[in-house]
Amino acid sequence: MKKIRSVSDLEKWREDILARQKQYKAIVAVCGGTGCQAYGCQKIKQAFQKELKKKKLQDTVLLKYTGCPGFCERGPLVTVYPREIFYQRVKVEDIPLIVSETIQGGRVVEHILFEDPDAHRKIINSKDIPFYKAQMRLLLSNNDLIDPTRIEDYVAIGGYQSLAKALFEMEPDEIIGEIKESGLKGRGGAGYPTGKKWENCRRAPGDIKYVICNCDEGDPGAFMDRCLLEGNPHSILEGMLIGAYAIGANEGFIYVRHEYPIAHKHAEIAITQARKAGFLGKNILGSGFNFEVEIAKGGGAFVCGESTALIASIEGMVGEPRSKQIHTVTQGLWGRPTNLNNVETWANVPLIIKQGSKWFSSIGTEKSKGTKIFSLVGKVKNTGLVEVPMGITLKEIIFDIGGGPQNGKKIKAVQTGGPSGGCIPASLFNLPVDFDSLTEAGSMMGSGGMIVMDEGSCMVDVAKYFVHFLKGESCGKCLSCREGLKRMGEILDGITEGKGNGESIALLEELAVVVADTSLCGLGKTAPNPVLSALRYFRSEFEDHIIKKRCPAAVCAPLIQYSILEEQCTGCGACKKICPAQAIEGEKKLRHRIQTALCSKCGSCKDICKANAVMVQ
Amino acid sequence: MDFKHVDTIIEKHQRKRTALISILHDIQDEYNFLPEGALQKVASRLQMNTNDIYGVATFYKSFSLTPRGEHTVTLCLGTACHVRGGPNLLRALKSHLRIEAGQTTADGKIFLQAVNCLGVCAIGPVMFVDGTFHGGMNSVKAQRIVERIKKGKAGVSA
Repeated sequence: MKKIRSVSDLEKWREDILARQKQYKAIVAVCGGTGCQAYGCQKIKQAFQKELKKKKLQDTVLLKYTGCPGFCERGPLVTVYPREIFYQRVKVEDIPLIVSETIQGGRVVEHILFEDPDAHRKIINSKDIPFYKAQMRLLLSNNDLIDPTRIEDYVAIGGYQSLAKALFEMEPDEIIGEIKESGLKGRGGAGYPTGKKWENCRRAPGDIKYVICNCDEGDPGAFMDRCLLEGNPHSILEGMLIGAYAIGANEGFIYVRHEYPIAHKHAEIAITQARKAGFLGKNILGSGFNFEVEIAKGGGAFVCGESTALIASIEGMVGEPRSKQIHTVTQGLWGRPTNLNNVETWANVPLIIKQGSKWFSSIGTEKSKGTKIFSLVGKVKNTGLVEVPMGITLKEIIFDIGGGPQNGKKIKAVQTGGPSGGCIPASLFNLPVDFDSLTEAGSMMGSGGMIVMDEGSCMVDVAKYFVHFLKGESCGKCLSCREGLKRMGEILDGITEGKGNGESIALLEELAVVVADTSLCGLGKTAPNPVLSALRYFRSEFEDHIIKKRCPAAVCAPLIQYSILEEQCTGCGACKKICPAQAIEGEKKLRHRIQTALCSKCGSCKDICKANAVMVQ
Repeated sequence: MDFKHVDTIIEKHQRKRTALISILHDIQDEYNFLPEGALQKVASRLQMNTNDIYGVATFYKSFSLTPRGEHTVTLCLGTACHVRGGPNLLRALKSHLRIEAGQTTADGKIFLQAVNCLGVCAIGPVMFVDGTFHGGMNSVKAQRIVERIKKGKAGVSA
């Protein structure tokens, strides 16, 4: 790789790459995201390699892994260019057919195309699939095109041109002005205006400043940052470079949680390549600007997503947050001015510099600009990553993009904002998704997790889940958070065990106020939200558990029982064999019974029963 | 146990105190847990107090001070996996292996742990076994995977 020393070098490099790409008759893009890896996309790629070699096509067909296109539910995903034929749920045995039919014959392979569930019509291009149609994929669309381990792919789509523009055509203050004008707000959860943060950091006294990319993404149910860093790491680097130049920083860190091995690996490869190409290091593109980036690995602590805790963790210490009377933009990493932004925020920066703040601020609502990526998961038909303009309604996301309920059960709520957010009932699905509306409804935007719940989900169980989650993740510094959450967890345990009483709810509400008011950091301050929002919209479910001692959704283990329906049971013995607790008795071909006292309520019998004879109530 | 790899690891990170978490990760990858002798070596090389090293090692969930089993079965209990039946999987595996989450089976073969989110939410419930993700799990598939590992077939798919 040649070092790029000027803007004209960059342009020339891009032309060379595009010319080289033209020699390929077709491109086969196999999704290499973590989701598709779970489906075995490695075998798909190997099969293509073998088949292309067999047909002597390896020099005319480019085979590559790409980032995640977001439709994880339908993996493994394969797209064949130039026609952009989108194949889903691809199996190894389909590969010879794709090669002979599509690549050699120019025809589509019908059975692996997406079928419109309503019109029962096969769809060839992804952009026509309902899941993608209502999206606005400004950030994610690049994931479809590039191999995250090849810098050339990023340069080919115009990568690092925003950096060149920022370095040679704009002054640092102008860049900050542009980001401020764009209305970009932090995508990590709190929604603080990015331009303002940059300005404060630039103005903070000190010669040495730092920029940090937060990829700690600890919110359970959210994975957009993983997909961005995994699928397009150079866009994050470019965003950080522009930010560092504007702020006056020469060193940066990417903090990656250790649960994301592929994101870590791709970020590492991207840094090495960017250094070799001259986008990192000294005198970048001949501008005189120096910048270096290092990766810091997390250790599995949710609280480290909080800026001061994250900084402590990079310093090699226990991740305890500190008081923010002095902000990190003034005193952050090693006491020096530090600007920390989330992965998605950084990814937006090159776009704004390239296309201008006017363009960016034309997208979204009055107070929330641009797009937001959500991880649409849980009890919904089409799960995956969706990028939508701010202001779209929950209904459009869950029903138009998500395709509605998963297995006929009615959707009753959506959880947003992770452990700091709350549940929004289906009656409010006409709510526009922006920072303010979600907060008003008792939840929040958060980093973008959107977990859909149906009648089979118990809202008391979900509230309990979050309290236990936060209890485990509380660093323990503030008494109210440490002890208050523990006590709230005990009360909720009691309710789900049928031991709740007339005072349980009032006590929960009282504790919630104390924990929120007297905790230092965001974790404790927002910890009661999931409980309060569940009580606000689903109080009757709490009352069912307390008064009737029953769980209407049949989720809370102490309140449910598994049994086998006599008339349905065929006596096949499958349940008896799989039951890990040996709680099932019965002779072959005769009715089987569950001994309730031994039953661990794991549901294995229900999962395995072909006759649908296992009942939970 | 000899700890000569610890020196190599510390040198790789240029003896930087700020690389402590990365150093501990590398030691755990090498020894499968954080042995006391290794932590003492880290303390002396980085000129840190052993107590502070233990503080960090016990604060972060990724680290273990006791040996883990030969195979690690990680069960995701993030919100998406939770609402799709993650707790059922945990009950099944606890019952099947006769251990609690965070423990290793008596034969030292399987270490079972539950984590808060693996970030593969769209295909939950998810299980991560010896470096391989398995999506769309249920209690039956989870037990079958564990059964196959016990028989020595690691990295199998469901």
